[in-house]
Amino acid sequence: MTGTGQAREGAEDTAVAGAGRTRLVAGPGLLLVWLYGVMSVGAVSRSVYQILTDFGSAPLAHTLSAVAAVVYAFITYTLVRGGEAARRAALVCCGAELAGVLVVGTWTLADPSAFPDSTVWSAYGMGYLFIPVLLPVTGMVWLRRSRSTGA
Amino acid sequence: MLDALTIAVAATALALAAWCGLAAYRDLPTKDRHFIGMAVVSALALVQLVVGIVQLARGERPGEGVAIFLAYLVGSALAVPAAGFLSLAERTRWGSATVAAGAVVLAVLEVRLHDVWGG
Repeated sequence: MTGTGQAREGAEDTAVAGAGRTRLVAGPGLLLVWLYGVMSVGAVSRSVYQILTDFGSAPLAHTLSAVAAVVYAFITYTLVRGGEAARRAALVCCGAELAGVLVVGTWTLADPSAFPDSTVWSAYGMGYLFIPVLLPVTGMVWLRRSRSTGA
Repeated sequence: MLDALTIAVAATALALAAWCGLAAYRDLPTKDRHFIGMAVVSALALVQLVVGIVQLARGERPGEGVAIFLAYLVGSALAVPAAGFLSLAERTRWGSATVAAGAVVLAVLEVRLHDVWGG
């Protein structure tokens, strides 16, 4: 684990840069922002396609997909932007995301008939390798740790 | 032709993921040799994009629709270059980890691409 220590020191060196904002895209934050970026592209394109082609067949599922897409896009933006306000906003959104995954995941398992079409968060994000449920947890850990290094 | 390319891209992407994952594990940033590997995988994905478009132009139709098929083709071509670009700015093990994650994403996209084409 010495490697992690070195990487963290490196992240701390670059943690405060440009316009005095805390850089969140450094060290493990880069991996995080990459995964959030991928999820944003996936969720946004999926939801735009679903809503444009057949919104009527599964309005609940498609609305939830759109909500997920907005949450992912917003978290990606705040991570890239950096700064204390953005860090707090991202933290809140990660919590909302986790709640969303858990509620929608449980809902899809409890009442599958309400979801004729699947959403990003169906079955806790199983179709996305469970990344939707793992990402907010790692995100919150990283964002909480960034506070002490940035300030 | 498309099937063979899909398998080739998925296999090389997984190899790249393992290679860069190893670099991350050893606490190394991405090196020139890793970028050559990324270039090979990206070149294959680009060939796949061209072949896919040629097949569409010939009148062949993917089972799940043209728009989804094109979206996955373009996403496949961009995944590894985007991750590689990010790793240029992050000269730590986390750059390598990001490229490994990008390659895994590409392999998953290839599986989906196969489904989308077959219907």
